Amino acid sequence: MNKILFSSISKKFVMALAGLFLIVFLPVHLSINLMLLKPDPEPFNRAAHFMATFPLVKIVEVILILAILVHISWGIYLQIQNWLARPQGYVVKIKTRTSFFSRFMIWTGASVLTFLIIHFTNFYFIRLGLVEGNPENFYGVAHSLFKIPAYNYIYLVCFILLGLHLYHAFSSAFQTLGLNHRLWTPVVKVVALIYAIVIPLGFAVISITIWQFR
Amino acid sequence: MKLTLKIWRQKDARAKGSFVTYHMDNVSPEMSFLEMMDALNKKLVEEDKDPVAFDHDCREGICGSCGMYINGHPHGPVPGVTTCHLSMRYFNDGDTIWVEPWRAKPFPVIRDLIVDRSAFDKIQVAGGFISVNAGAAPEANSIPVRKKNADEAFDSAICIGCGACVAACKNASAMLFVSAKISQFALLPQGRVEAKDRVRAMVEKMDELGFGNCSNTGACEAACPKKIKLTNIARLNREYYKAY
Repeated sequence: MNKILFSSISKKFVMALAGLFLIVFLPVHLSINLMLLKPDPEPFNRAAHFMATFPLVKIVEVILILAILVHISWGIYLQIQNWLARPQGYVVKIKTRTSFFSRFMIWTGASVLTFLIIHFTNFYFIRLGLVEGNPENFYGVAHSLFKIPAYNYIYLVCFILLGLHLYHAFSSAFQTLGLNHRLWTPVVKVVALIYAIVIPLGFAVISITIWQFR
Repeated sequence: MKLTLKIWRQKDARAKGSFVTYHMDNVSPEMSFLEMMDALNKKLVEEDKDPVAFDHDCREGICGSCGMYINGHPHGPVPGVTTCHLSMRYFNDGDTIWVEPWRAKPFPVIRDLIVDRSAFDKIQVAGGFISVNAGAAPEANSIPVRKKNADEAFDSAICIGCGACVAACKNASAMLFVSAKISQFALLPQGRVEAKDRVRAMVEKMDELGFGNCSNTGACEAACPKKIKLTNIARLNREYYKAY
């Protein structure tokens, strides 16, 4: 059983499934964040309250946290195995043509993790009661954070790196699940590009608008 | 042409290797890379020095023996050729050429540019075959095979097991090799009978030998002298899921 669960292909299968779940979650998160652009804090706070209390969402939340933990821990585990597979590297760097962003997945992933820790400290841990704050006014918390220039810079850099991570991740997940098709794979790659631009751009527009115009 | 060669020299598996610089004059652009290496070795023997050890056999691009990491490219900078088919006309007078052995934990260096690629043999032995009853050869057309499948199976079967995929992969993954060997059988009715056992055994052996994990970078496909496609890896993944 261990051999099946911990085989290279199984580990990547789990990584891909967890990653795809996170890919589905991001547009949901973005759609709620768009309410931050309204001058009235009520709709966003209501949505945040709903996400925090509705039972069905609570179940999805558990799956989401599991997906994040599995994706991160398996990602690090696989990367360490990959490094160990070539104990002595080449003197001349590999010049073979590759999908460019695939080379930096661990680093773009690490930057997303850094952001996630900041993000959880500011919001999720408040709701869990681990950090002091008012969980019923996340609108106010978000607006005060976006007024800090340094926070915006970190936010924007992390979302650019998230975009680079997503671009490879999106199509790579399909390949890992065994879904490679003469006609559909190029379509998936185009969708991946659009997704990797639109999602980070959406988050960035919200932060810049609040920072500069509110 | 005049060339400067920086070649990895290593006495044996345990020794610490290093680059040694050689200067070559009168290299003809018509030579293959291996012929240039032969000329270098002739010169070294005449000077009473140790020749450079490198693997080679058929010199026709079909045996998979030769393999050098040349200027950052497995089998050199020209796509779709093995080192033996790499012509010196692709280099310029005065070039410096760096030559290294394949680098991967499951491919330890034996001497100079020769690595032990028996890890591939072990994966093949684990399941890269079909079991048939010995006896008279059956009628070839008694089992119908779809033309598309026959072509794809053939395209996978032309993998020569040279290890360039492993050498090019940043993770030293053997997935392209294994997927080619899986595909050549998975696409044919004769191979389907043992498909599940085969994929389980070959993947298990591949992991056990310490190859890295595929991260879908596509370097293997770009470096493969036989242009084995990345779609084979997706098929390997599918075959693996079907086996459980």
